[in-house]
Amino acid sequence: MKKLLSTVLVTVLCVALFAGCSSKEEPATTASAAASAEATEAALSGTVATNGSTSMEKVIAALSEAFMAKNPDVTVTYDATGSGAGITAATDGTADIGLSSRNLKTEETGLDATVVALDGIAIIVNKSNTVTDLSLEQIAGLAKGEITNWKEVGGPDTPVVFVGREAGSGTRDGFESIVDVKDACKYEQELTSTGAVIAAVAANENAIGYASLSAVDETISAIQVGGVDCTEETVLDGSYAIQRNFNIITKQGAELSAAAKAFIEFALSDEAATIIKNAGAIPPSGK
Amino acid sequence: MKARNITEKIMHGIFIVCGMISIVAVVGISAYMIISGLPAIKEIGLKEFLLGQVWKSTASEPLFGILPFIMSSFLATFGAILIGVPVGLLMSVFLSKIASPKLASAVRPAVELLAGIPSVVYGLVGMIVLVPFVMDVFGVKSGSTLFTAIIVLAVMILPSIVSVSENALNAVPKKYEEASLALGATKVETIFKVSIPSAKSGITAGIVLGIGRAIGEAMAVMMVAGNVANMPKLFGSVRLLTTAISSEMSYASGLQKQALFSIGLVLFVFIMIINVILNTLLKGGNRNEN
Repeated sequence: MKKLLSTVLVTVLCVALFAGCSSKEEPATTASAAASAEATEAALSGTVATNGSTSMEKVIAALSEAFMAKNPDVTVTYDATGSGAGITAATDGTADIGLSSRNLKTEETGLDATVVALDGIAIIVNKSNTVTDLSLEQIAGLAKGEITNWKEVGGPDTPVVFVGREAGSGTRDGFESIVDVKDACKYEQELTSTGAVIAAVAANENAIGYASLSAVDETISAIQVGGVDCTEETVLDGSYAIQRNFNIITKQGAELSAAAKAFIEFALSDEAATIIKNAGAIPPSGK
Repeated sequence: MKARNITEKIMHGIFIVCGMISIVAVVGISAYMIISGLPAIKEIGLKEFLLGQVWKSTASEPLFGILPFIMSSFLATFGAILIGVPVGLLMSVFLSKIASPKLASAVRPAVELLAGIPSVVYGLVGMIVLVPFVMDVFGVKSGSTLFTAIIVLAVMILPSIVSVSENALNAVPKKYEEASLALGATKVETIFKVSIPSAKSGITAGIVLGIGRAIGEAMAVMMVAGNVANMPKLFGSVRLLTTAISSEMSYASGLQKQALFSIGLVLFVFIMIINVILNTLLKGGNRNEN
């Protein structure tokens, strides 16, 4: 019963949280949009179905909220199914827009991928750790449990504790696929939020973990990967390795509804950049 | 007179409705757990599900073996009982037989307060105090271990054990103890040879209640146990039945989500078994006292 109650409470709180977000963003977006787009967008109606990456949930939720505030007659739906399923949905036409946090593979033809945001995954260690730079191979070795002592990568003679996220997490999926350690990681701790990973790394001087760039704070150090710092600039210019694109996938030649077209336009607009930034990702324009 | 009759009837109806709510809730939850828990077990296979040693729910070839969770839950509960029962039992003896009424009235609210502390607070204190402590004292590389979870659970189940055992000890007829003392037994001999054996069924009920609390705890354990689906090691990271559900539920989909419901069903069955044992014990205890 206690569990049930807490679940209900959490749900209510989440809803409240989202409600809070929307009311904060509404004035900004509606005010600036009202003048420019009133005539064309007032007539929009219908449903825009999006489907795909769980990592993009925050970005898409923020974007669709702002979009729906501007166009009250349009409903934007989102199914969190995973990038693969999102690409399939766009191919089959079961969704207007597929969402993918990886780029299209060469065999996935007939589709257009548009980058709406970039996401950097920082590699974080405890403040007292002397290691400042790791290569992708070293990170893979640490994650797979092949490197078990920090001295093997130039650190102190202490064991390595690899901390990560739970199965199904978008950050975990992103880290594991970019570092190429999918299903091969030897975790010491699997935590359910980015904040918990940061807290665990801050508390254990042996720890290494990964966290979304936007969540990195001064309690831990984000190390260089292949000699490159993890910052918004290095993610934008592509020099930082552990990063990925948040893509909008559309089918080539398919006629999109007016509402879906307007949504994509909105997602790429300058005013959406702030929304994307607030949602923890980096807009491709860098604004 | 008539108006009174009507209020009587209305209130009678309200009482019945309120009484039914708990039944509806229990039946509803049971039915839901069974309906939503069975499909995944059917798809995975009961043997693979219960006895499989590898849980990789999001791998390209997913594996859904929950033996690590069952073993971890079992060992964590067993460990908590191993530590919590002796301490709790002796604490209840202290409160019931040894302490002066004044001292007992100071200690008892403290124990009761322990029961009121939310589990997330246990987890928080465990995470910030106990995890680094275990890491330093036992020289392990990470303090988030089965051992840490056992310590947290042992403290959490103390109130259940203490309050039920103390009631049972207080209910032991004075004449038993007086007879023992009159025959020349010391106070300690009387406690261990007369009082505790007479209060046996009540103490067992307290222990079973503690087991129920320990096996169902998720939040506090999740914060100190590391949550990796390993076969349990005392100083290794473990994931329990409860934490397996709560840690993956937020992003789960498809068969993974169904499998989480199946874990819930397994946990539900365990708790039901414990409740049946508890009820039998309590009934047995009443019969003895009568």
